[in-house]
Amino acid sequence: MNVLIPSQLRDYTGGRAQVEARGTTLAALLADLERRYPGIRFRMIDEQDAIRRHIRIFVNQQQAPDLGAVLAANDEVVIVGALSGG
Amino acid sequence: MPKAKAAKATPRPASGPVTLLVGTRKGVFLMKSDRARKSWSLAGPHFLGNIVNHLVLDPRDGRTLLCAVRAGHLGPTVFRSTDFGRTWKEAERPPAFPKAAPGEKGLAVEHVFWLTPGHSSEPGAWYAGVSPPGLFRSDDGGVTWEGVAGFNANPMRIVWIGGEQEQGPPGGATLHSINVDPRDPRHLYIGISVGGAFESSDRGETWRPLNQGVAADFLPVKDPEYGHDVHCMRLHPLAPDRLYQQNHCGIYRLERPAERWDRIGNAMPKAIGDIGFPLVLHPRDPDTLWVFPMDGGTVWPRISPGGKPAAYVSRDGGSTWRRQDKGLPAKQGWFTVKRQAMCADAHDPVGVYFGTTSGEVWMSASEGGRWTSIARHLPEIYSVEAAGG
Repeated sequence: MNVLIPSQLRDYTGGRAQVEARGTTLAALLADLERRYPGIRFRMIDEQDAIRRHIRIFVNQQQAPDLGAVLAANDEVVIVGALSGG
Repeated sequence: MPKAKAAKATPRPASGPVTLLVGTRKGVFLMKSDRARKSWSLAGPHFLGNIVNHLVLDPRDGRTLLCAVRAGHLGPTVFRSTDFGRTWKEAERPPAFPKAAPGEKGLAVEHVFWLTPGHSSEPGAWYAGVSPPGLFRSDDGGVTWEGVAGFNANPMRIVWIGGEQEQGPPGGATLHSINVDPRDPRHLYIGISVGGAFESSDRGETWRPLNQGVAADFLPVKDPEYGHDVHCMRLHPLAPDRLYQQNHCGIYRLERPAERWDRIGNAMPKAIGDIGFPLVLHPRDPDTLWVFPMDGGTVWPRISPGGKPAAYVSRDGGSTWRRQDKGLPAKQGWFTVKRQAMCADAHDPVGVYFGTTSGEVWMSASEGGRWTSIARHLPEIYSVEAAGG
């Protein structure tokens, strides 16, 4: 499925804003992203598997609260860097 | 005061160009001098937009740099360069706490805050201090990191640090001031804000507090065993039985094997006080140290007292202090200097450097006798380390 990558993480994807990845859950999708782009997962998911404070992940425009979200092959996943302040 | 006992011969002064490794709130800058340290060039930024708490050279090979990085949006990591900053690679396994068992709350690294190269006999060994307070070690030059379980999983850890805080640096709890005894790689000291100073004699398997004599005015207990606020603690490599500490509550010296710190800040002028963040040692004279006082009164403004910035130097282990402000703003100078943002080079006379919260780098080629601004308009500076020379 398509995964939209925010500018903050494009160093890992060779500058690509949209990449392909597979997984039947958000956890599996992120594991596949990590296989393709080593290091990317830990920058957005902490060691307790929590989505970091200033990262949001949307599945078909609905915000995923955790990594348990179930995915279908044609879903669209959007990762967003969400920060307030300077 | 006993004269410090030297552990090894005094090194010859350096004479080559100096490179300053400057970590800022928005990236890394490298400043290189000529041999006379009169002319400086500024290169960078690297990691533009990233928070860089510490950038440190490995003295064992003179070319490996480790950089503690996080971005506003992204989690913390460590980048490595083995060619003195020309190219960078991210750690394959950055410092991370173990995954908690189901139903339990685990810790997550918010910042990698402090980096210390390991003992000279252990090439590739590094230590990292993180926030929330935790200690990590790498044995492969910073490629992969493992938690030091003797501290991180110590049941007393949560007691020593007074409970977990949500806030990380620059205002929150963190582990820093990792000192390795040059005579014994198993012998370590660490500082925690807040938590205090701790010592291990077995490479971090067990720890004990080392805070006798240190004030903790913010605690209700008189002379507590732990819970102190170490701002910066340094061991002198030529006299490793001597420790100096800039604390939230004063400046101290400890002569091991004694256990009780002596408040050498009592000799500072009363109008200035002995509060600050950094503490810098002379590379060849264990009796010489510099501090950069800040205002710790009322609401803790954490700025230069009275808007008149100055370093203070002691040449006798803290028995007496002299103000060093020539060249610095005589008034309306409201910056301060963070705990990693002041350092010395190895020249003779020693060059002393500091970076400010307002983005300036100052240097003195005369051991603090006169200060010159060598960079302005940088982001807020978190760390300055001198390399080469």
